[in-house]
Amino acid sequence: MTADLRTIKTPAEQALHDAYAEARANLPGKGALAKLREDAFRHFDATGLPHRRIEEWKYTDLRALMRDAKPLAGAPDEAAKARAKNAGSMVAGLDCRRLVFVDGVFAPELSDLSSEQGLTVGSMADALAKGDPLVTAYVGKTIETDDAIVALNTALMGDGIVIRISAGATLRRPILIDFASSIQPSSIFLRSLIVIEKGGKALIVENHDANASQINAALELVVGEGAEVDYVKIARGQTIHVGTLMASVGAQAKFNTFNFTLGGATVRNQNLVRFDGQGTVSGIRGATLLRAKEHADNTLLIDHAAGACESREQFRSVLDGESSGVFQGKIIVRPHAQKTDAKMSSNALLISDDAEADNKPELEIFADDVQCGHGATAGALDENQKFYLMARGIPEKEADALLIQAFVGEVIDMIAHEGVRDALLNAAAEWLAARD
Amino acid sequence: MLLEVKNLHVEIDGKAILNGLDLTIEQGQVAAIMGPNGSGKSTLAYVLAGKPNYEVTQGEVLFDGANILDMEPDERAAKGLFLAFQYPVEIPGVATMTFLRTALNAQRKARGEAEFSTPDFMRRVRETSAHLGIDQEMLRRAVNVGFSGGEKKRNEIMQMAMLEPRLAVLDETDSGLDIDALKIVADGVNRLRSPKRSTVVITHYQRLLNYIVPDVVHVMSKGRVVKSGGKELALELEAKGYAQFQDEVAA
Repeated sequence: MTADLRTIKTPAEQALHDAYAEARANLPGKGALAKLREDAFRHFDATGLPHRRIEEWKYTDLRALMRDAKPLAGAPDEAAKARAKNAGSMVAGLDCRRLVFVDGVFAPELSDLSSEQGLTVGSMADALAKGDPLVTAYVGKTIETDDAIVALNTALMGDGIVIRISAGATLRRPILIDFASSIQPSSIFLRSLIVIEKGGKALIVENHDANASQINAALELVVGEGAEVDYVKIARGQTIHVGTLMASVGAQAKFNTFNFTLGGATVRNQNLVRFDGQGTVSGIRGATLLRAKEHADNTLLIDHAAGACESREQFRSVLDGESSGVFQGKIIVRPHAQKTDAKMSSNALLISDDAEADNKPELEIFADDVQCGHGATAGALDENQKFYLMARGIPEKEADALLIQAFVGEVIDMIAHEGVRDALLNAAAEWLAARD
Repeated sequence: MLLEVKNLHVEIDGKAILNGLDLTIEQGQVAAIMGPNGSGKSTLAYVLAGKPNYEVTQGEVLFDGANILDMEPDERAAKGLFLAFQYPVEIPGVATMTFLRTALNAQRKARGEAEFSTPDFMRRVRETSAHLGIDQEMLRRAVNVGFSGGEKKRNEIMQMAMLEPRLAVLDETDSGLDIDALKIVADGVNRLRSPKRSTVVITHYQRLLNYIVPDVVHVMSKGRVVKSGGKELALELEAKGYAQFQDEVAA
């Protein structure tokens, strides 16, 4: 008997089922890409939205949280584009190449498409429609996962960015992928692919501004041998945001990611990273600031599939009001991945009595010559530190703010690019200043 | 009279530590408070600075005529009270320079004075740090993080010099210092001596008092001041020990 026991769908699942049935014929991509969608949809349709009985989703019960599924976003109108043009993102002052999406659709007229040696930029919708060989080579293949949310993304992927940085190229400026806000709440399925070939160097910032939509954003990132890649993802004031990074990292690469989450009703960042070659040095980091009833979840699956790689996983969250912050980090060290050096830490600072932190670090080690460790803490501000500051004349509120800023600042400071680092530090300071 | 402590009773977790302590400090005076371990010296320092969880069950503390026991620690600091901590606290992520500037300007703001401009502040920092042998690199580091014992104590004196308090309470500032560091710290304290400023030096040993010569010495035992005298009292204690006073109270 293999009958599906889950015959009753939630309204959101039913709406997604119907949306796919209706959109299917018009979704970009034929042949193998169409089959990829079809298979992914069948997987999603059978398993449904992830819920608390799925181990990886225990603390973010998306089935319960998603009461409905918004209609798929239509093509953005001129008003939406005008708003996007003037949208002030957190990194607005950054000297960068800005690539803009409005309601999940690439807006070339708002984007900087000036040519640069070694850089190719395009839209995922176009690439899927044309059967771009880069897309057929990588999409859906970077990291193997049975995650239902990734499957849903693959089934309904609309647009996203496709970037290729050729071997040895160093980008002159950071790339900012700006996902501009919609007024009309809708469902948006973004799928992006970034391939950095051997020795390429780039800083990529992905920014999601506040909006009322339900966003499922997946990024496949292929980091070539010896490449140096920094990837920073900012999510501010999202309603429902599920983001998945799927990264494969080549030998000797330097690879850093940073998830900055500033508010949001329900945010989930999934980082699935696999080290494929030896000698990689990597930092997987993030900072989260939440208040009211906000919820954010950072879930990592770091796969040391090759030996002699160093990874540092470091996440900090500041939780105010009745917010809840989740960290789940799993590091896998494969049997042949000797000389792995991995250290994971997650620290939550609870600044109200009603905030909640859930920390779940896990190590699965199959090799015998490794250095791995993890530590997790959740606690209030240190009373001795606070008294020391106050004894020097700093009023309580200011003392709290200094300590909170220092707490998140320590991890934000690990971002190498000064402009991005300062933008995030300022955003954290503004968030604190708005605290009553 | 700058400070007047009257019949002060203090408990921590229900345990009585100060038992009717009386103490007065005149303006411009340098007073030493000596006493054996557990006599309540550090408790007195913390209570004056306003540390939470120290319950005052009786008595009052008048600073410049105002009862400070109901004030927050930052309000007391802005009035000119300074505690040099026996164990300075490490604060990761807060640069020493930022901390100094925030503290100084917060106090000035509370007193209705103009905040320091960046060049003025930097000049004061440079002057003050030079006297105490503190290099600029140390000031860029997080507060007390990775500082040696001597650096921590010098950092306390640096803060005192920047904040220019009216009453400085030095809680065992000599503990853990070698003789060279002790001289630097004492020199920093002496530099601030003035008829407008008072200092309370809490110490277990007489050694520091060779370098910071007190006007008056108070001896504490079992939560009270049991004897007061001139600077020669410190020498007498060094020679005879504290046993006589402990017996005195017990009797």
